[in-house]
Amino acid sequence: MDLSTLPPAGELSPGVRARRWRPGLACAPHSEIFAEGRETSGAAVAMALALDGLRGAESGQRSVLWVQDAASLRLTGRPYRPGLPAALRRRVIHVAARSCEDALFALEEGVRCRELACVIGEIAGNPRTLDFTASRRLSLTAEKHGVPLFLVRLDAERDLSSARMRWRVRPAPSPSPKWNPQAPGAPAWHAELFRARGHIPGEWTLYDDGQLVALPPDHGDLAAAAGDRSLAAR
Amino acid sequence: MAIWLPRLAIDRWRHAEGCAPGEEADAHPTALIAETAHGPRIEAANDAALAAGARPGMAVTDARTLCPALKAVPGDPAGDRAFLERLALWAQRWGPWAARDEPDGLLVDTSAVAHLFGGEAPLLADVHARLAGQGLAVRAAIAPTAGAAWALAHYGPDRAILEPGEDAGLRLAGLPVAALRLDDEVLLVLRRLGLKRIGDLAGIGRDALQRRFRNRRSPMASPLARLDQLLGRVPEPLLPVIAVPPPLVQRRLLEPIRHREPLDRVVADLAADMARALERRGEGARRLELGLWRVDGDVVLRSLELAAATRDPAHIARLLATRLDDIDAGFGIELVRLRVAWAEPLSLAQADLDGAAEAPGTSLAACIDRLTVRLGAAAVRRPVGHASHIPERAQRWQAPLEPEPASQEELAFHSRPLKLLDKAEPIAVLYATPDGYPRQFRWRGAVHEVARVEGPERIAPEWWREKGGARLRDYYRIEDAAGRRYWIYRAGLLGDGRGGLPGWFLQGLCG
Repeated sequence: MDLSTLPPAGELSPGVRARRWRPGLACAPHSEIFAEGRETSGAAVAMALALDGLRGAESGQRSVLWVQDAASLRLTGRPYRPGLPAALRRRVIHVAARSCEDALFALEEGVRCRELACVIGEIAGNPRTLDFTASRRLSLTAEKHGVPLFLVRLDAERDLSSARMRWRVRPAPSPSPKWNPQAPGAPAWHAELFRARGHIPGEWTLYDDGQLVALPPDHGDLAAAAGDRSLAAR
Repeated sequence: MAIWLPRLAIDRWRHAEGCAPGEEADAHPTALIAETAHGPRIEAANDAALAAGARPGMAVTDARTLCPALKAVPGDPAGDRAFLERLALWAQRWGPWAARDEPDGLLVDTSAVAHLFGGEAPLLADVHARLAGQGLAVRAAIAPTAGAAWALAHYGPDRAILEPGEDAGLRLAGLPVAALRLDDEVLLVLRRLGLKRIGDLAGIGRDALQRRFRNRRSPMASPLARLDQLLGRVPEPLLPVIAVPPPLVQRRLLEPIRHREPLDRVVADLAADMARALERRGEGARRLELGLWRVDGDVVLRSLELAAATRDPAHIARLLATRLDDIDAGFGIELVRLRVAWAEPLSLAQADLDGAAEAPGTSLAACIDRLTVRLGAAAVRRPVGHASHIPERAQRWQAPLEPEPASQEELAFHSRPLKLLDKAEPIAVLYATPDGYPRQFRWRGAVHEVARVEGPERIAPEWWREKGGARLRDYYRIEDAAGRRYWIYRAGLLGDGRGGLPGWFLQGLCG
C-alpha cells in the first residue's frame, strides 16, 4: 500500500487543518446518503453530488448505473427519464435487484467497470448482508477502480460503515420562483455531513440551480436576498 | 432445371395437419387466407374448395357465398419462404447450386450433371419421385437457360426437356406470354395489344417492342429483355442459397466426468476453441448454446445471451460457469458441445495504445453480461422515450446497449418528477372546491399540509388508444410544509359523466 496517498494525520482529526467541504471538490469514492423513504431527496442529492464531482473530471458520455433493491423500488418508484437531469437523461442504466444481496453484487460489478461514470445505489432499511464487511468491500473496490459510488440508504439507522463521506439529507422549502411565488421552486435540501474522512462535519442547505450551491443553514430567506441574480452568483 | 411446386402452401398446410390428400381435414373445403387492406383474401385453396368454386385472389366473403362451408385458415408465407430455402439447400443433390424462385419454385444448375443420374429424363423422374414422396405436387423441366426451363415447367408439357441443339424460339413459340415471367401490368398491356403467345412477339420485330417498353428498366417489365434471357442472348445472374454452418466446437470425453472442476476445465477449453473459430470467421458471439450429453443419453442445454458481440474466452467461460451450478451429472457427461446460435461481425481490433484498455476493471458490455446472467435480462434495462402524453407511457425500457429509438423529448417547460411510482397510489385529499387546489392530503398513513402548489396541467386521455370511459387527469406539482415535493393528479372532473367523484392519486416524487 502506498502510504503517500493517505491523508496526513492532521486532516483525519477534526481540527484546524481539516478542510471544510464545499461544492466543486472531487467526489469521494464511496458516499452514503441517509434519507427518508417518503420522498426522493436521497437520490436527488446523490445525482447532484455526482454531477458536481464529475464536472471537473473527464467523464464524457459514460453511462451511470442505478441499482435499486425491491423495497426501495416499492417505496420511491423507478427513475423517470423526462424528470432526470438533462446531463444524465440518456446515460442511465437501471438495475432492479430482487434482494439486497443482488443489489450489492450489482453495485460491486458496477464500480469494477471502467466505462461507467458513477454508480448510484438505493437500499432500503438495514439488511443484515449490508454490514461493515460488505461496505468495506465496496469502498476498497471503488477506490481501486476510481468509479465513485453513491449509496442511498432509505429509512435506515446509522450503522457501521466504511463510507468516506456520510450524509443525512432531508428536503428543505424551495426558494420562490420569480414568476409564480405560489409554485414549488428549484429543489433544495438540508444536508448534514456527519462523518467524513478529511472534512469537518457540518450542515448546509444545498440548491441545484444549474450547479450545486451550498449555503449555511441559517442564512434566512434566500428568495428575497437572491432577487434577480442567480443563486450561484452569491 | 426449373422445379415448380404449384400447390406449395396447401401441401405444407396438409403436412402440418398430418393428413393424406382428400382425407380428414383435406376433405373439407379449406382456404389459406392473407389479411389485406380490403379484408381477408384467399391465397391458396385445396381441391375441395376449388371444386366448390373458390379461387386464389378471391375475397373470403365472396367465396363463402359460393361455398358456405368454406373453412378459412391463416396462411404462412414466411414459413413457405423458409421451407423453400431449406428445399433449395436439399436440392443441391441434383446440382452444385440451387436458387429460390419466389414464391414457389427452385432453379437448379444441372450443367454436366445429368449423366450421373443416367440422363436428363431419369433426372427429372428422380426429382418427381423424391418431391412427390414428400407430399409435394411438382412440375419440373430442363432447358439450357433458366428462363426457358421456367417457361416449360409452368406452361409446357409435363417433364419437358429442351435439348441444347434444339431451336428454343421454335419450341417455345406456342407458350403464352405469361411464360416470360412478366408482371401483371405488362401482361395486361400485351393482352390488349393482342400479343398472346411468345411466337407473336417474334412477328412484330425488336424495334417496335423496344420502343413500346423503352422506359422499363426491370427485366420483369420488359418483354424484350425476358425474351433475350429465355433464348440465352443475355446472361441472367441468379443468387444461389448457400448454407452457413454455425460455429460449433465440441469435446468428446474418454472418461465421463462427474465433478465440477473437470467440467469447468472443459468449458474453458471449449471457450478457447470457440474464440479461435470465431476469430477465423471475423465474428463475435451474441448467443451461445452449451449442450451436455450424459452417458444415459440425456441432454442438458444451457443458453447464454451477450450484450455485445464478443469472443473473449475468459469472459465466456466465466458466464457459462454461473449457469452450470444446477447441472445433474448423473453417471457422467461424455460430450460437451458449444454452439453459437447468433453471431455478429466483429473484426480484429487494434489494442489501445494510450493504455485505457489496460486500466483495471471490466468493459461495459462485460459488466452488463455479468449482471444479466445473474439478475435476468428484465432486471437490467435503460429508460427510453416513447411518443405518448400519458406520463407512465412516455417511458419504455429496453436492453442497455441497444441503439436508442429516435423520439421527441419531453417539452422543456413541462416539469416532470424524478421518479414515478409503478402504480399511482390513491390519496385522500382535502380541497376548498372540487376543482380547486388541494389543501391537505393523506398518503401512506401520514398527513401532508400543502404549502405551495402549481397546476393544473391537464392531460387528456389518448382517445385513439383508450376506451371512451377514460378520464382526463389534472396534474399538480405540490410542496408540503416540510419541503417534500410530489406530483399528484385528479382523475376526472365533477360531473363529466364518466364515473362518480373524481379520485386523487400520487404518481411521482420530485427531487
